[in-house]
Amino acid sequence: MSGETPSERSGWRSEERAEPSAERVRSRARPEEMSCGASVRLSGLKLAFGDTDAAEIDLDVRAGEVIVLLGPSGCGKSTILRALAGLLEPVAGLAQVGESVVAGSAQPPSSSGVLARKRSPKNVGRTQCAMVFQDDALLPWRTARRNVEYALKLRGVPRGRRQPEAEQLLRQVGLDGFGDHLPGALSGGMRQRVQLARTLAAQPRVLLMDEPFGALDAQTRSEMQRLLCSVWQQHKTTILFVTHDVDEALLLADRVVLLTPRPARVRRIVEIESPRRPGAQFEPDFARRRYEILASLGDVPGAAHEEVSAS
Amino acid sequence: MTSTSVSSAPVVTEDPSEAGHLPRGPRRRGVRSVVTSRGLLAVVLAAIPLGALLLAWHLLTEYQVVWWLRFDKIPGPAEVYSTLTTQLSSGPFYNDLLVSLRRILLGFSIAAVGGVAIGAMIGRSRLASALLRPLIEVFRPIPAIALVPLAILLFPDGEQGIVFITFFAAFFPVTVSTIHAMHALPPVWEDAARTLGAGRMSILRYVVLPGAMPGIFSGLSVAMGVAWICVISAEMISGQFGIGYYTWQSYGLLDYAGVVVGMVSIGLLGWSTAWLVERLGRRVNRWLPRAAS
Repeated sequence: MSGETPSERSGWRSEERAEPSAERVRSRARPEEMSCGASVRLSGLKLAFGDTDAAEIDLDVRAGEVIVLLGPSGCGKSTILRALAGLLEPVAGLAQVGESVVAGSAQPPSSSGVLARKRSPKNVGRTQCAMVFQDDALLPWRTARRNVEYALKLRGVPRGRRQPEAEQLLRQVGLDGFGDHLPGALSGGMRQRVQLARTLAAQPRVLLMDEPFGALDAQTRSEMQRLLCSVWQQHKTTILFVTHDVDEALLLADRVVLLTPRPARVRRIVEIESPRRPGAQFEPDFARRRYEILASLGDVPGAAHEEVSAS
Repeated sequence: MTSTSVSSAPVVTEDPSEAGHLPRGPRRRGVRSVVTSRGLLAVVLAAIPLGALLLAWHLLTEYQVVWWLRFDKIPGPAEVYSTLTTQLSSGPFYNDLLVSLRRILLGFSIAAVGGVAIGAMIGRSRLASALLRPLIEVFRPIPAIALVPLAILLFPDGEQGIVFITFFAAFFPVTVSTIHAMHALPPVWEDAARTLGAGRMSILRYVVLPGAMPGIFSGLSVAMGVAWICVISAEMISGQFGIGYYTWQSYGLLDYAGVVVGMVSIGLLGWSTAWLVERLGRRVNRWLPRAAS
């Protein structure tokens, strides 16, 4: 259990929900709101940005797992998420969410038509993977609530139910009472909360987060990390989180995937024992792991050379 | 923090009585008096140059100044005013005003709708761009006025010809600004909508068009100005009614005060339509950060 988040304090407004009892139960009031995570499999996924190779990834993610992709800036981490979201067509390989292919050829990669396929996978992968972007992805002419309502509309929620559901989601991310504010009138942290609420409104089976807290100050960032943990506790979606911040990776992840510089390849996978334990960052174990990861990324003087050349 | 804020009120809640003057911002007591005094100041500031112009006009014509420019035959403000009052009490003058207004609103509206539609198609679809862009680039440099002879041949009567010319003039600024606005959109809005499951049409309607509205409205402002130029010119050449026709006819009758009355009417009508477009634009785009200043 992480620290108290605003969403946990607002249980008193749950009259309209089916089960008014404990606060924890609130999010499970409607079974269809429980969007269970899906497993993700990237097999031989090869991505390019223009003519340069951006990433070559093999990775298996368990359902409901929090995976942090950690690598130097510009190494092509984000392209992996973009491929999963259906925004970038892979050069080769497959990305699967659950049983369905969201990017790449529907046939096994060995067959011929890998390059020939057009952009149809977005029809398959829709809303399986929704993405939280770094900043300014909200529609600035819509209020916080109407931004969330748009995602609900896209999910097919009938008009009359959108507003209460949007407010419920905003409450969950601690934005009770800010529904009528335009994004321009909200702080960076609040805007990211709205984005999180909007993305949850799509009930994705996989939540893709592309350096979502990168533009925030340290305090807001750690608040948001705690919020994300508590949201994950409620929804148990699979999360693929991209960052270049080692501390953030260690605080959030079940497993940290270290990536090489461009093109991004899996360099190492670090398992975190008892992940997301509050106060973990003050323990010696944390510092040791942090050092290891930094060394492996080549950030620690002395340790750098053999690691880099070993890759 | 209360559930009463749940009402279906649109975007920013404003005190409706102040909505006209006050862009969104802090709602304080006493804001109203600030607003009215600011409005008063604006009126005073607008009156200074207009008043100076009137005075200069009066002096130049009263003393029949001839100093390279010849003001000796130019009607003075008093003469123009008396012509204006006689015109304002006559039916045909209002008819001319209304006819011009109808032409401009008709031509401009068709151009606005068509321009945004075609511009959006070109801006969003590579195929539409390949098909339509050359067509548009060929027609764009042709001055709308040059179409008068063809319009007379094409349309059964002059009325539709003039509306067509107005439309033709207003169409290109709208189309081109719409295309540019489409291309200037931050891609992340569309990306976000797509990952949430939005299809092409949904993105067009809920992401692209609202996001492009600031650019579209700058095109609409330009288009309204161009539309006036062309409707007046077309009326002068081929009209039977309309304020341009009135102006030209006054010239034919050597009624110079009438010419100035026509000019002043065009100026005022043009100003009010421009204000309407501006006003509508501010309303649509009030989410823009600079709208608050």
